[in-house]
Amino acid sequence: MTVDKKYESKRKAADVFGRVIVFISALLLIIITVSLFLFVTSKGLSTFIKDGISIKEFLFSTTWNPDREVPAVGSLQFIIGSILVSVFAIMISAPLGVSSAIFMVEIEKKLGQKILQPAIEIFVGIPSVVYGWVGLTVLVPFISKHFGGLGFSLLAGILVLAVMTLPTITSVSTDSIKSLPVEIREASYALGATRWQTIRHVVIPAAKPGILTAIILGLARAFGEALAVQMVIGNRPVIPKSFLEPMSTITSIITMDMGNTVMGSVWNDALWSLALLLLIISFTFIIIIRLVGRRGMYK
Amino acid sequence: MNSKLYDKIATIYFYVVATFLIVFLISLISYILYQGRTRLNIDFLTSPPKFMEVGGGIGPQLFNSIELLIITLIISVPIGLGAGIYMAEYAKPGLLTEIIRLSVETLSSMPSIVVGLFGLLVFVTMTGWGYSLIAGALTLTVLNLPVMTRVSEDSIRSVPNSLREASYALGSTKWQTIVKVVVPAAMPGIITGIILTAGRIFGEAAALLYTAGMSSPALNFSNLNPSSPTSPLNIFRSAETLAVYIWKVNSEGLAPDARQIADGAAAVLLLMVLIFNILARWLGSILYKRMTGEK
Amino acid sequence: MKKIEVRELDLFYGEVQALKKINLDVEANSVLALIGPSGCGKSTFIRTLNRMNDLIEGVKINGTVLLDGQDIYKEVDVIELRKKVGMVFQKPNPFPMTVYDNVAYGPRIHGIKDKKKLNEIVEKSLKAAALWDEVKDRLHKSALSLSGGQQQRLCIARTLAVEPEVILMDEPTSALDPISTMKIEELIEELKKKYTIIIVTHNMQQAGRVSDYTAFFLNGELIESGPTDQVFYNPKDKRTEDYITGRFG
Repeated sequence: MTVDKKYESKRKAADVFGRVIVFISALLLIIITVSLFLFVTSKGLSTFIKDGISIKEFLFSTTWNPDREVPAVGSLQFIIGSILVSVFAIMISAPLGVSSAIFMVEIEKKLGQKILQPAIEIFVGIPSVVYGWVGLTVLVPFISKHFGGLGFSLLAGILVLAVMTLPTITSVSTDSIKSLPVEIREASYALGATRWQTIRHVVIPAAKPGILTAIILGLARAFGEALAVQMVIGNRPVIPKSFLEPMSTITSIITMDMGNTVMGSVWNDALWSLALLLLIISFTFIIIIRLVGRRGMYK
Repeated sequence: MNSKLYDKIATIYFYVVATFLIVFLISLISYILYQGRTRLNIDFLTSPPKFMEVGGGIGPQLFNSIELLIITLIISVPIGLGAGIYMAEYAKPGLLTEIIRLSVETLSSMPSIVVGLFGLLVFVTMTGWGYSLIAGALTLTVLNLPVMTRVSEDSIRSVPNSLREASYALGSTKWQTIVKVVVPAAMPGIITGIILTAGRIFGEAAALLYTAGMSSPALNFSNLNPSSPTSPLNIFRSAETLAVYIWKVNSEGLAPDARQIADGAAAVLLLMVLIFNILARWLGSILYKRMTGEK
Repeated sequence: MKKIEVRELDLFYGEVQALKKINLDVEANSVLALIGPSGCGKSTFIRTLNRMNDLIEGVKINGTVLLDGQDIYKEVDVIELRKKVGMVFQKPNPFPMTVYDNVAYGPRIHGIKDKKKLNEIVEKSLKAAALWDEVKDRLHKSALSLSGGQQQRLCIARTLAVEPEVILMDEPTSALDPISTMKIEELIEELKKKYTIIIVTHNMQQAGRVSDYTAFFLNGELIESGPTDQVFYNPKDKRTEDYITGRFG
């Protein structure tokens, strides 16, 4: 075949150009991540640097009077609120999520793939405001009627988040259980173990890093979720004394107050500090997941 | 004998959990659609909201959601695909690759409210654009890029190596191999991924509250001048989306039928997400079948 | 005339030496069969001739490979080289495109856009690969709808379309049924009039049927090479004899 020299140099140039373009795209991800960290950090630190509020007061005081002459931005109640609502939500969704993952892989493969898998994907896809809206119109009145109080409560937040984290936990655990080699199950069955014994003593232990990852991812999602929680917890800046009391979380106070504050005020700076806190927590979750994943994954 | 009994009990337990989840999902979806049923009509979908009186629609919000989705995809799909190509075809194990991977993971688990605040700072305040479609779209791009990158990388990786070898053996350059063989072969996966992320973008609200804004100027659809504030083509106008509207109606709804409006909007939002989901499955399997020749 | 000359060729995968001091000449317009037990280096060797091993991380090569007297690792551009030295793989690997686009892929990436010319090339290549009659009515159907044997002949047509001088075949029939295998063997007989062919095979009968020359590899070394009749019926090396008789017996 004859060679067209001009075409030849053109496609070699395209080869270099393409390589550069995709490299820049990948670099952009680093640039965005780094600038996100830089911007949020620099804004978030101004509470402590510019406004002279101590980190100790911010993290460990519950006095939240950001609009006073001498503003107090103690945020402990938000931090505790976020922890309470997420941890309790995970305590409900983790057992359910892992169980349904086991059902899909170990018990009813066909049914699982045909019905449960798509159902889980739809669960994931439902927007958080819709979860919040249903929580607000169904769950809140229900709690108020049957358990007393206003209904806007820690309990409502927990239940909404349990539903929202369930699909995350299910799908990640499913992947990890699926990736286990068939041989280890066969080995167990060959020794005369029942299915339940195989699941309990072989499958779950072997899939543990993956299941742990799933639970941490669920926790991260619960921690970062803003609107659905904000819509049902009542947004009172206090630590709830029971499941039925209203409360606030880090995300809910940011959502509520960001629009009402002036950039540069102590109030506004405190919200940025809370955002920085969220960012640090979310990054910590990622690091934990990496450490868990590196340890003892089944290969 | 005991172990058999436990096995039975366990099996029953797993069936109960699975059944519960399915029943729960079905009732959730039917409840939302049932509540919004009276509003699922053209009038509600196209007419503007009303202030303090009954009968408003969600026309501008629905339009904004779609416009925002399209702009976001236009920005994030090429970049995400590019980054995915880089990760799957060029990246060599090493520090840089590790940093890119960590960036992708960090961004994809970043709470969307934090990404929204970043958008507020950079795309709203620093650029001086104010609450605007473009600020919203760029913020959503930050949310969507890691997902898009991952989807592209996974789909490209799953293309069998034998196709790359065949292409190289014919004397093609690496870029030709990528553009003409690898990416087309990965297309079913990439398209399914794009549609699924589209559903997520469509439903996102937290990242948009302080970027695309919580108000929507009345739109004049015959005004095609992109610099006019009432033109749908103006990307610098503030643009409340459907998801943001649902949140807003609940906290500050002033119309007497706010509840019904939000019910209707939630049903529409859910329907759209369901449609995206079904579309993704359908298109994915059609493309896959066409590719493997079993038409 | 010598088409390819290999001198003192070593190949390493990281620390492992996969080819040791290979010296081999390939005559133009002949069929050379490479035989030997699996893992002996014959597939690795064939992939050094169009530098496919470049794509694998950690491969290092010493020695020279000359194509028409030019060193393919120093004097020839890798893309030019692969255009001249085509390759057919063990498993048929058509692209997920139409039959037509598969064959036209090579000419297109080398810059041919003219529709008429492409049509000509596609028809000529498919005819040369003895596939034209079977696919001429379904040129615009997916290549993956063809049978395994047809797919492999399509891959041969795809290789022919860039007008190579040498065709490397890496166990091209190992994934095919006997009838498809026979068709491909007939095709090789036909193709050698125009091309130089090097074929890796684990099938002794096939080597005997199609090749003019045979080279026997063992543990990364070239034990013996020469005209097929000689290697098969009058081997100089005991190991060659053991392998061949072991197989026949």
